[in-house]
Amino acid sequence: MSETDLHTHAEEIREQFSDQIDIDVEDVENRLDTLVNEYKVPANEARRSVVNTYLDEAGIDRDQLGGGGGGNEQVDLAEVDAPEEWVDIRATVVELWDPRADAVAQVGLLGDGTGTIKFTKWSKSDLPELEEGASYSLRNVVTDEYQGRFSVKLNRTTTIEELDEQIEVGSDSVEVEGALVDIQSGSGLIKRCPEDDCTRVLQNGRCSEHGEVEGEFDLRIKCVLDDGEEVSEVIFDEEATEELTGITLEEAKEMAMDALDTTVVADEMRADILGRYYKVTGPTFGRYVLADNQERLTGTVDADELLIKARSI
Amino acid sequence: MATTPSREVARRVFAREFNDASYTFKESDDDRAPVYVLLPTGQRANRVFLVGTLTETEDVGEDSEYWQGRVVDPNGDTFFMYAGQYQPDAASMLRELEPPAYVAVVGKPRTYETDEGDVNVSVRPESISEVDEATRDRWVVEAAERTLDRIRKFNDQDPEDPDIDEYVAMANEEYGADVEPYRQSVVGALESMEDAAEASAD
Repeated sequence: MSETDLHTHAEEIREQFSDQIDIDVEDVENRLDTLVNEYKVPANEARRSVVNTYLDEAGIDRDQLGGGGGGNEQVDLAEVDAPEEWVDIRATVVELWDPRADAVAQVGLLGDGTGTIKFTKWSKSDLPELEEGASYSLRNVVTDEYQGRFSVKLNRTTTIEELDEQIEVGSDSVEVEGALVDIQSGSGLIKRCPEDDCTRVLQNGRCSEHGEVEGEFDLRIKCVLDDGEEVSEVIFDEEATEELTGITLEEAKEMAMDALDTTVVADEMRADILGRYYKVTGPTFGRYVLADNQERLTGTVDADELLIKARSI
Repeated sequence: MATTPSREVARRVFAREFNDASYTFKESDDDRAPVYVLLPTGQRANRVFLVGTLTETEDVGEDSEYWQGRVVDPNGDTFFMYAGQYQPDAASMLRELEPPAYVAVVGKPRTYETDEGDVNVSVRPESISEVDEATRDRWVVEAAERTLDRIRKFNDQDPEDPDIDEYVAMANEEYGADVEPYRQSVVGALESMEDAAEASAD
């Protein structure tokens, strides 16, 4: 990292601490320099580490730190691509979900012009309520990652300011079309971990986080649409799966009970949908498209125009 | 974004061109690197998706079951597929299906050299499913469209141009510049659709 960059980071750190203690920019810069240029620590990690050192030395809480003025980068939601980064965002609350745990005050989906991201607001952070449909400037939120999907967590230091303007959401909804060429494992009748705020899919009755648990049944299809030029991975949730296959969660449970085997559900679904053409629209989540709307493509396709082209070559 | 190894696209190709795609290659020395067949119209294919009429199935295995399926496209050209113990789902479909039936097949191109030195191209199916006529018709038009796109790109490129698409260049080298048979299979396939439409209108 160049000296100027180091200096900028150092100035920002000094600024963050300015309400609490007076620290020497040169000292900060030296510490950063050692970590970044000698030990090859990534800049944001080095910065965290240096900040922690000063917090320790001064005996203060991270929460008491200033939001750091220009400390965070203002990012678009689609840019979030690493966990544990402190960022500022401007977004609209697209959906609020029911929190599954007392520790969570609010959970839902935020959206901006570039995409959507899950957010979690902890009860202990004591923050004002967010309203569905409203747009906010959220400063000092922390990114998180689970299985390739990113989310942001609001915390005690987060500042929430409702915006007068409306942040448009929606350009992240995509339309994909193609033949359904593969149904991936983890499709059909699945079990999820019932622990608070954990919805991991169980493997052989085990949650990777909570070990052996009594799972809760759910329906899901993870599949691949392929148009011969590009592939898209699509996830159908319970509702979309029912719409796609005509099989309800209750029916799926009965099928599995009769067969003493849950895999019969995916087999039955496979026979119904594999090799057919579909059009799906929905938001993207990581590398997946989450199916909101779907349509089986059965209409006759016009061959005339193509035939004229083929003859004219 | 985290990068995951991307899944290979399933190419759409009529049987005539597919069966001519005898040249295979890898793009890295890694043992697990994907093997591609080179389509004569200048595109690599590591996976295909095809829909046609399953006309015959036969267990051609000696010690264990090894199922051969013949799937015919609108020109009457045949895709051959083979599924054994390592493709249990596809093998059981071939065992159970009653020809004739419309089937959709996702699979990997495979080549083998006969004792006479000819190279035969076949499909090792990942999945086979029975589908309806609408799906088959859609595939025919789609395969025609994709093939036509490839032919146009192939014809637009000058083999002497150093910036030529690498697969078009490779196809010129391995198979020559004549892609007319594949244009004919596009025309033939689309005409059969027109005939069917007229017949049902009468």
